[in-house]
Amino acid sequence: MEIRTTFHKRLYEIQDDILIMGSMVEKAILRSMDALKNRKTDLAKQVIAEDARVNEKRFEIEEKCIQLIATQQPMASDLRTIISVLNVITELERVGDYAVGIARVVILIGDEPPLKPLIDLPRMAEKTADMLHRGLDAFINRDVAAARQIVKEDDEIDALYDQVFRELITFMAEDGRTITRATRLIWVAHNLERSADRVTNICERVVFMVTGKMEEIGGSKY
Amino acid sequence: MINSVASLETKTLELWYGNFQALRGISMVIPRNQITAIIGPSGCGKSSLLRCFNRMNDLIPGSKVTGEVLFGGRNIYAADIDPTEIRYRIGMVFQKPNPFPKSVFDNVAFGPRVNGLNDNLEEIVEQALHRAALWDEVKDRLRRSAMELSGGQQQRLCIARALALEPEVILMDEPCSALDPLATLKIEDLMRSLAEDYTIVIVTHNMQQAARVSDMAAFLMMEQDRAGVLAEYGPTSQLFTNPKDKRTEDYITGRFG
Repeated sequence: MEIRTTFHKRLYEIQDDILIMGSMVEKAILRSMDALKNRKTDLAKQVIAEDARVNEKRFEIEEKCIQLIATQQPMASDLRTIISVLNVITELERVGDYAVGIARVVILIGDEPPLKPLIDLPRMAEKTADMLHRGLDAFINRDVAAARQIVKEDDEIDALYDQVFRELITFMAEDGRTITRATRLIWVAHNLERSADRVTNICERVVFMVTGKMEEIGGSKY
Repeated sequence: MINSVASLETKTLELWYGNFQALRGISMVIPRNQITAIIGPSGCGKSSLLRCFNRMNDLIPGSKVTGEVLFGGRNIYAADIDPTEIRYRIGMVFQKPNPFPKSVFDNVAFGPRVNGLNDNLEEIVEQALHRAALWDEVKDRLRRSAMELSGGQQQRLCIARALALEPEVILMDEPCSALDPLATLKIEDLMRSLAEDYTIVIVTHNMQQAARVSDMAAFLMMEQDRAGVLAEYGPTSQLFTNPKDKRTEDYITGRFG
């Protein structure tokens, strides 16, 4: 027999909020990449502007968690859930900032001629967004196996990062005039690599929330 | 609990009231100089278990205990044990403050007097009142009636009364349920300082209190026939953040009760 119906309803609502915030951030990553690939400066500006809403959402969720802790004295898995939510929203907020970082690069590039057709960077963005999406599903479904699997997939991001890095270094070595443009693309790759690492942190929180054990799974190359 | 010495230990303790089995198969070690909290739903046998620790159940007609309660290595239910002696060494504080309708001084001096300790009585009383964090509030009214004290003061007086007998263990049965929040916090604070010299076992309905005050926590629950069993026992830090037993989890998160 469920006794703390009101409390648990509010706890589930917070988890819905996480999904909303997660989809905002996921969209920001994909949009910033769309803006980069297709030279959409306006879209980049929109990503930057909308980050304020991501930040607001984060404070809103944090406030709800503080209220629940102060008024409901959560215990055991409920406590771990709330603490994990507080961590997850911090990670999400940072991923939002990385999307902004990419959008800023798009604005910097402006209408400079493209260095090369972008293939690996969009792949990195899609993979990161996919990991983020599934990471949050794992969080909501309390799916430790899925969380561990997603952490492993960070190796793919690292491999793509290596590849992008090598390729851009080659450009720079061959033609000094590409240095500015290539460096900006390295920033983009770096933002995506960091984003994926934040996703692995979210996955570690899933493991903590379910098992109560704090462990670093995998560990990124970067 | 690691590296700590056992103060009390039960071994497959069972308690009956007539044909009704109140406790089944309770085996646990109560560490010395720590606070052990017993929690669980109403009627699960928390108070019954507490009363087993100083043979208070002996006073209930038809009660029967099997298994062992070891204190200082000896089974307190052995034939040659004097239950009165046990109750001096394992004192008890009850739910409602129950001072005698006597002066503050006489309340604390009661135990020592009964035991023929009439020397140094003033010193014994003062020390007990100090330890119970009550001295400063009553030192000028030692000869006034204990009934004039506030509820929180009365409860600390009862703790002082138990301390005057120099017990090793203090059993507390819902010691704060009749007190306001501030008096409650004061008792909890007192318990923490008392744990330096005594072993404390507390039964509480208030889970947050158990979480705040205890080192070890025991979760008791009822089986089908309403007998109390020990569902989980472990460090408080673990029991309230990551219980091992699903029944504990469900109880402390309010998913059953």
